[in-house]
Amino acid sequence: MSTPTAVQNETSMRRSHDERRLPWYHLVFTGLAGLVVAIAGLAILDAFSIAAAIVVGFLLHLLFGWSYSLLREGPRWATERLMTLLVIGAFAVAMFPLTSLLWEVASRGMTRVLAAKPDPFAFWTSDMSGIIGGADAGGVFHAAVGTLLITLWASIISIPIGLFTAIFLVEYADQGWKKTLGTGVTFLVDVMTGIPSIVAGLFGLSLFITLMPDDSVRMGIMGAVALSLLMIPTVVRNSEEMLRLVPMDLREAAYALGVPKWLTIVKVVLRTAIAGLSTGITLAIARVIGETAPLLLTVGMVTSVNWNMFDGRMATLPTFINQQYRAGSANCMSDTVTNPISQEVYACSIATNIDRAWAAAFTLIVIVMVLNIIARLISHYFSPKLSR
Amino acid sequence: MSTADIESESPAPPPASMSTSGRRLGDSVFSYLSIGSGLLIFLTLAAVAVFLSTESLPAIIASQEFAGTADFSLIEYTLPLVFGTVLASAIALLIAIPISIGIALFISHFAPRRLSSTLGYLIDLLAAVPSVVYGLWGGIWLVPKLEPLYGLLNTYLGWIPLFAGEPTAPMRNLASASVVLAVMVLPIITAVSREVFLQTPRLQEEAALALGATRWETIRTVVLPFGRSGIVAASMLGLGRALGETMAVLMILAPGATFSLHILEVGRHNSIAANIASKSAEASGVDMSLLIFTGLVLFVLTFLINAIARWIVARSGPKS
Repeated sequence: MSTPTAVQNETSMRRSHDERRLPWYHLVFTGLAGLVVAIAGLAILDAFSIAAAIVVGFLLHLLFGWSYSLLREGPRWATERLMTLLVIGAFAVAMFPLTSLLWEVASRGMTRVLAAKPDPFAFWTSDMSGIIGGADAGGVFHAAVGTLLITLWASIISIPIGLFTAIFLVEYADQGWKKTLGTGVTFLVDVMTGIPSIVAGLFGLSLFITLMPDDSVRMGIMGAVALSLLMIPTVVRNSEEMLRLVPMDLREAAYALGVPKWLTIVKVVLRTAIAGLSTGITLAIARVIGETAPLLLTVGMVTSVNWNMFDGRMATLPTFINQQYRAGSANCMSDTVTNPISQEVYACSIATNIDRAWAAAFTLIVIVMVLNIIARLISHYFSPKLSR
Repeated sequence: MSTADIESESPAPPPASMSTSGRRLGDSVFSYLSIGSGLLIFLTLAAVAVFLSTESLPAIIASQEFAGTADFSLIEYTLPLVFGTVLASAIALLIAIPISIGIALFISHFAPRRLSSTLGYLIDLLAAVPSVVYGLWGGIWLVPKLEPLYGLLNTYLGWIPLFAGEPTAPMRNLASASVVLAVMVLPIITAVSREVFLQTPRLQEEAALALGATRWETIRTVVLPFGRSGIVAASMLGLGRALGETMAVLMILAPGATFSLHILEVGRHNSIAANIASKSAEASGVDMSLLIFTGLVLFVLTFLINAIARWIVARSGPKS
């Protein structure tokens, strides 16, 4: 009679010692303790800064939380606590550069854009012609035009090729030699995805150097060709995924009604997948619009607007950011600079180049984010129910 | 809008097989167009290989290892660049892999279900930021912030070769470039490993939980062993990206050409991509083909890394 009670007692005792879990808010206290000790310790060592306090506080929290949990909950749960904290810490570490970067770009860039003279948004409507030294003026109109033109041409080249390749992979590569070709194409698209952007730039450059034997040839279309090398695989990948989501029933229903294959693809498959396709293509554009390295090699840099893709150098937003960043601080002899040719007088600012780089980065990020939001909105509102 | 592009863009091939089994004209045109696009992919990659090789030929011919005539050595020029590229990427991966696995686990197993897609989107935002903006942020904002940390590392851990040497401000050194590279490869590694973790057989996880395992024990005994090859593949993909990344290195690193292991010292290293980007504007003739040769080396390097990664994914990926 006494044995079962003894066993029962033992189990309940073990529970109370080893397996009892505490509510999560117990860790808030150890966290606060860690932070307080960190701040106090750093203050004593005379090395206080908010960043250091947070880092040291987190590390101390790992230690305190773990020992506290070890005492109250046992070693297994202590490990669990430690790992949970570490994993949350990893996420926080990744969020730090994102928030800091977006904040820096928004605050520094927006200030410059809004402070532009003579009127707000002059930064977006003026170019760099006639801007010398530390003149606190100028804008990115020429670079924005270049970026949009080059991206447009890259899209004109990449979207048909990418879309047709995806159609080939999904609709035609089902048997025989076409299947073999399809496997090869899938592999090569994988290879293309991994091409470093600078190599794409070198390809654009060496292609045109070979075609027109002039080492210094630079024009917009070279950049567009280089960018499409990076864009095609993204378009193929995204579109292929979307086309595969279209149910077989729809195609078979169309065939049963006697609709030819190409009309089935155009009117049924593409029509059904149009939301997903637009999302994928928008994301591909967003990815390519911020590419810098290929353009650095292929389109050069100018200070005024060039609308012609086939003649002369072009400015783009990414290369403009790089150029202004490299230019660094400007020299200011007096409060103003005067353009010797046009006799225009500008205010002088040492930080003008860096300011313009931040403002251009702000412009670029706004474009990229708007494209991303558009892509998400399309997929959210227009995607057919079957994609769930 | 895309259909209009398609019809105007591609040249119509001859409708040769019109007569076969009563197919319509549109059908054969369409099938030719899509097969043609597939073949075009082949052609494009062949063209990349051919143009890079032919354009780098003058440098190979002029190099003394191969011809014994010219006064420069291709290998002496390329090897320090390869070393710098690989070192920067390796350090970036050392930083990025543990953090990425942590984030992937956080999103797939720790965060509340309703939040996980939003958190994943936040990480994807990191991938959407253009690399030139990373360079700007890293060069102006991050580098001064890292200086005290480097001072500490150099003073107290200077006996480790990596942290030895004499760092001088501004710290435009390899370590700073690697930190920014790590941020840039985070989203890729996270995305791939998250996918793999989510594919862990549900029954195995539930079995582990039913046996009384804690969440971490479940992850250690079920999720991580299942996802191991996925993690390796994800890291290789990240490595491929880090090797080819130009702007972060170009805008942060003060270039040099040595085999130094001292990542805190300024002006010791350079990467292939950054070297091409900084020199291509003025280069012509043999100088240009020298740069194109280093580009070819980079292409082959990333191709191999990516091929191994894909092979690992294909070999051990889930058979769903």
